[in-house]
Amino acid sequence: MSQYQVLPGPEAFLPPAAASMGNVLPDPGEAHIEGRIVPEDEAYEVFARKVLGAKVPTIFPGPLVLWKWNDHVAEKAKAIRELANEAPMRIIPMADYRPKYPKIEAAVEINPNHPNLTIWHNKIDVCIFIGVHCHQANLSLKIIRGGTNCYTMAMCAMAGHEDACLSFRDADLGKIRKLIDAVKKLKSEGVESQAIPFKQFKLSRAGLVDQSAN
Amino acid sequence: MNKQVELKNKRIIASKHVKLGQKNRMDQTYTDINDIFFKAEQTPNFLTGSEVIREAIKRCSVGTSVAYPITPQSEAAALIGEIYAEGYLDEYFRGESEFAVMGQCAGAAFGGHRVFTTTAGPGTLRAMENFPMWAGARLPIQVCVTCRGVNSPLSIQPDTLEMYYLLETGMLVWHAETAQDLFDFIMKGFIVAEQPDVHVPIAVCCDGFFVTHTKDTVDLPPLDLTLTPYDPYQNPQPVMDMETSPIRMMRDPFVMKSNYISYATHASWQQEIKAAVERSRKHTIPLLDGLIDEYNADRELLIVASGTAVSQSREAIRLLEEEGIKVGLVKIKTIRPFPTEEIRRVTKHAKHIFVPEFNVVGWLAREIKAIIPDNERVYVGPHVCGGMTMPSEVIVEQIKIQLGMETTPLRM
Repeated sequence: MSQYQVLPGPEAFLPPAAASMGNVLPDPGEAHIEGRIVPEDEAYEVFARKVLGAKVPTIFPGPLVLWKWNDHVAEKAKAIRELANEAPMRIIPMADYRPKYPKIEAAVEINPNHPNLTIWHNKIDVCIFIGVHCHQANLSLKIIRGGTNCYTMAMCAMAGHEDACLSFRDADLGKIRKLIDAVKKLKSEGVESQAIPFKQFKLSRAGLVDQSAN
Repeated sequence: MNKQVELKNKRIIASKHVKLGQKNRMDQTYTDINDIFFKAEQTPNFLTGSEVIREAIKRCSVGTSVAYPITPQSEAAALIGEIYAEGYLDEYFRGESEFAVMGQCAGAAFGGHRVFTTTAGPGTLRAMENFPMWAGARLPIQVCVTCRGVNSPLSIQPDTLEMYYLLETGMLVWHAETAQDLFDFIMKGFIVAEQPDVHVPIAVCCDGFFVTHTKDTVDLPPLDLTLTPYDPYQNPQPVMDMETSPIRMMRDPFVMKSNYISYATHASWQQEIKAAVERSRKHTIPLLDGLIDEYNADRELLIVASGTAVSQSREAIRLLEEEGIKVGLVKIKTIRPFPTEEIRRVTKHAKHIFVPEFNVVGWLAREIKAIIPDNERVYVGPHVCGGMTMPSEVIVEQIKIQLGMETTPLRM
């Protein structure tokens, strides 16, 4: 059994892929927390505690939920927005995967080729990837673990991510709603969000249009 | 591993393809791989390895196959052309060279087809640049490599040196011992390679002529069953089209930019390909019944081999048994991923480990030496090359020499 724990970094100049350290992805109905395979239900509560305990909890929605490929996507996107409002969590999009030159707008976007810049700039201590293609999510998660102290989570539509500190698999609308329910449940038990107050920004094709839109 | 991969059910996660249960134009039913191999009746057939490749491809819902002649795979490539004419494949054509073929395979895979091709020896090396490109692009193409000599003066005869070149391309590399292995590996290989957490190319290798041009009894599932088609929506990354909005991910080619973070991305990318190969263990173990087969592996004398060297070793073990020398056997089925933990486990109590190989360098012995403690136990050989046969008596002789026993030298 692998003893490798997937913990927040900074871990190394070039941290290993968790799969190469022997970590195996969860099966359907399971999730993993820091490399340990757990029943999926256990991971929802850990997710909620991490989010509510963070100063800058952030959702990184990827192209699979930002672009309306089909009607399911719109439903997922609405649920993600609901999660962001409920927690609250910031939303910083990973709209596509091109490297941004000459420089990324780290306040309002994240990119798989230099995700650490966005983490550092916004002082993000807890994040969750939703709707990012697996390959690009794994690139990002390793780089984030290598150079930042951010606790990473992933709601993956396929087999999950060993390189996140916590990962779900087979994401669908129901599972996103379970994230919301887990947050609501903890709040009803008296757990308060530690997030630094903020307002969601609004973007158009021309860039940042409203810092205070919500 | 943080979790033990179970063998008990011998199943991988069943296909959820929308076409599961539907019929294709050849009146075959799209069927889950578990049902094809573990439920359907298997019927014995007497076939050459090349014919076995044809029979596998008939049942694999392949979209595109690209051919180029080079011995000993030419016959298989021609037979695939025949089944294309019958309607089993959507596209089949001859490329301009092996390099072109592999590029054309990439194009078809980028377009969402299940892709199969065959090559051998110098063809493998001529195409080499494309293999890490396939892997880096996460294209689950299957190439069947019918191994032969690669160097000058040319030999068309069996030699597994080309597999050594494939080991670090980021591909899955499996090594078939028999025609039955070849059939099973081709069909199961598509399913493992196309898993979303794997999604890298696969080289299903066999020893040319020994497997491709000899007849063997092979159990085949019914022809009216075929694999569910490749599902491009299981791809772990978007199609790498230079201008497909909004995913024009390659318009600014990050590897060309000279700053630190681009190289970190490339490093992370390479790690991800290696990780994908590692993830294939979980899917391969139930389908192939483990990455290795073991026979009396608790013995102090052990032969560890892959491909037809396993068959020669079986006979050598029988000959040694007649003289009262008991030897165990470990057959390695997957070279990538390498069965590191399995080999460490089965060699734990071995005092002498022999690694017979059909190549000049003894690459399998190097792989084993690199991962086990007290590796002076590994005897690199016997190995032959250039198309030589490896009589079982050679293995017997080498084991006896190592044990300090008297032998009668073999002459060619």
